[in-house]
Amino acid sequence: MELDPLLLSRIQFAFVVSFHAIFPVFTIGLAAYIAVLEGLLFRTRDPAWERLSKFWTKVFAVVFGMGVVSGIVMAFQFGTNWSNFSYATANFLGPVLSYEVVTAFFLEATFLGVLLFGRDKVPQGVHLFAAIMVAVGTFISSFWILAANSWMQTPAGVELQNGLFQMTSWSEAIFNSSFPYRFSHMVVASFLTGSFVVAGVSAWYLLKGRETALNRRALSMCLWLILFVAPLQMFIGDLHGLNTLKEQPTKLAAMEGHWESKAGAPLILFAIPDSASETNHLEIGIPKLGSLILKHDVDGVVPGLKDVPADERPPVGPTFWSFRVMVGIGVLMIAVGFWGAWLRFRGRLYDQPLFKRVLVAMIPAPFIAVLAGWFVTEIGRAPWLVYGQMTHAEGLTPSLTGGMALFTLIGFIVVYSVVFAAGLYYLLRIVRTGIEEVEAQDEHPEQHRAKRPFSAADVPLEGGDGAPATAR
Amino acid sequence: MELIDLTLIWAGIIGFGVIMYILMDGFDLGVGILFPFAPTETSRDMMMNSVAPVWDGNETWLILGGAGLLAAFPLVYSVFLPALYIGVFLMLAGLIFRGIAFEFRFKANKSRYLWNWSFFGGSLVASFAQGAVVGTYIQGFETEGFVYVGGALDWLTPFTVVTGIGLVAGYALLGATWTIMKTEGETQEWAYRLTPKLLATVMAVFLIISIWTPLVDEFVAERWFGQLHVLWVLPAAAVLLAWIQYRALHKREEIIPFVSTMGIFVCAYLGLLASKLPYIVPPDHTLWDAASDPGSQLFLLVGVLFVTPVILAYTAWTYWVFRGKVTHDSGYH
Repeated sequence: MELDPLLLSRIQFAFVVSFHAIFPVFTIGLAAYIAVLEGLLFRTRDPAWERLSKFWTKVFAVVFGMGVVSGIVMAFQFGTNWSNFSYATANFLGPVLSYEVVTAFFLEATFLGVLLFGRDKVPQGVHLFAAIMVAVGTFISSFWILAANSWMQTPAGVELQNGLFQMTSWSEAIFNSSFPYRFSHMVVASFLTGSFVVAGVSAWYLLKGRETALNRRALSMCLWLILFVAPLQMFIGDLHGLNTLKEQPTKLAAMEGHWESKAGAPLILFAIPDSASETNHLEIGIPKLGSLILKHDVDGVVPGLKDVPADERPPVGPTFWSFRVMVGIGVLMIAVGFWGAWLRFRGRLYDQPLFKRVLVAMIPAPFIAVLAGWFVTEIGRAPWLVYGQMTHAEGLTPSLTGGMALFTLIGFIVVYSVVFAAGLYYLLRIVRTGIEEVEAQDEHPEQHRAKRPFSAADVPLEGGDGAPATAR
Repeated sequence: MELIDLTLIWAGIIGFGVIMYILMDGFDLGVGILFPFAPTETSRDMMMNSVAPVWDGNETWLILGGAGLLAAFPLVYSVFLPALYIGVFLMLAGLIFRGIAFEFRFKANKSRYLWNWSFFGGSLVASFAQGAVVGTYIQGFETEGFVYVGGALDWLTPFTVVTGIGLVAGYALLGATWTIMKTEGETQEWAYRLTPKLLATVMAVFLIISIWTPLVDEFVAERWFGQLHVLWVLPAAAVLLAWIQYRALHKREEIIPFVSTMGIFVCAYLGLLASKLPYIVPPDHTLWDAASDPGSQLFLLVGVLFVTPVILAYTAWTYWVFRGKVTHDSGYH
């Protein structure tokens, strides 16, 4: 069997990016939550906010650390596997991606250290400021990344000359047409991720009867956020979809599973798309609803995959199904928000074990939704790397062989599995150890001078006695 | 943009970033390379403690360098990375393994030996790969137009193996002299015993590379034996520094060995640049061939000029906070 470097490179990039993405999507939301807790502490001087903030800051530190470790690879991946793409787009993507790196390091060099280790060393106001700046910094980081990605989806502000993209307008390139939707969709996704994780962990503590007062507060805050933000996300997602309809009709057709361009198209709920015969099997749909949603008119004409030649269509199945997974989880999130509101209205928010168990079970859901969403937008862009201008095949490193790509693909899977297993295991340990004991182990503040994320957490890696495994 | 050559400014920035990286991550990679040879587990604790607060700041320079290259010299980025494909992977895997070893070793009980090996193996592989990158740069790249067309393992030749070993020895020397400076007692004694051997190895490899390079590369031979005699100051200074270090080790000096090792590295680095510049993707492409659009260079320059002083100040502050000797009970981070 011939190894295809193009396919392997795409799988490798998808794997590395997906693995990396789960960390920032969580830290962005969590950073904002910590900033809110610090703000509440500053205003009310209620130590409960401080205890919550301290605990979640430790979790934040470990997740941030894992994000940095897995992110190192990203800075090199473009060059190793997609050198033609890197070279052609460097005038724009070079500075934009560098600004992300610069932002991240600026953040780490200054405010993260103060947030993690400066609580007793700087005035409270300064500490709050650091917490806000860390949250703002994570937004700025994602701003640059999404500007880069959106530009690849809806390129603007450039001119292709002799195979190189030359800048004509920085502002048009950065604020390209899909950027506002993608950015707000992603930021809100981060909020949802943060609140579902905090809500799930708090619910788990409540089920165990640990630190009840504290965790009730956390749970209540998160459920308010979910109640309003989950429907908001659906609304933003709809706007994003309309932008995709305008800019990338073929991707939208793949998301919807529409082969023919037609008026009064159905909303397809279930189908098995078949690219070979250009049709769907076992299709279940609601008549005319597709046109109503996309065109706000039951007889609106929506695009179909057959509008373009077969080699300009994305893989339909993965795009179609990833989209349904994302939307399905979104609907589930809205339902959880309403369920919580109803329980709250009845005054039974903290009394129902089933609701808490559902919240615990929902912890992975936002991560799956985010990855599914990225699969939709990235797979759906195929065969284009820069939409309409450069294909995946054109962007690939010419000297890359299938064997090389396979070697590093397996390598990254092995390396990341070790990182992920160790990191997840350690995170679970922090959570199991809990708010109470984390505080008890946190008695040597002077040892936290090392401004490294992980050193913010003192929980030992293994061993059941909970004693810090020091080098002593 | 005609008055100021942004390409030269960027060459200066990247050049500065590279030597900062080599010197700073060099000593903590070196500590990792020496790790299994340390006399006791307590020594290992002290050695790791001595670099734990600073290592990730040191690696900042590598990532800034990678991103900066894409923005300012995309040709370097899009030729070096495909040409060094396997080597780059090994370097990244090594850096990741030693990075998580820092995080988990201090928190581990039973699994500590695993993190010891992860720290050593990661450091060794990453250092060798970086040495091979230097060798590959000297060796040059097979390009057609602006695209790398060589094979997957062209970077792995007898010459690059020697430069790889050379950098491993050099980093180990940085690590050993750093250990002399930062520790006392039996750990320091061990480092004192080890350093002269490492110094001799480094100087021997240095000599081999210095003879080998002009023999295989006419351009380099012309540089050194042609018009530019002033270049010979660099190897002379390196030899002088080695002699100073040798004397200082005898006198049990603590700081001079480390500083002189850094000096030797700077001499070798300047010698390398003097051999090759302005060719940045040898043998065909100069700095200006490799540069991105001036507008892009300028766009990023603003941010870099703003952030670099902050990073330098933060770095200096961290080193100041953690100045002095590491003792085995002075905290475990």
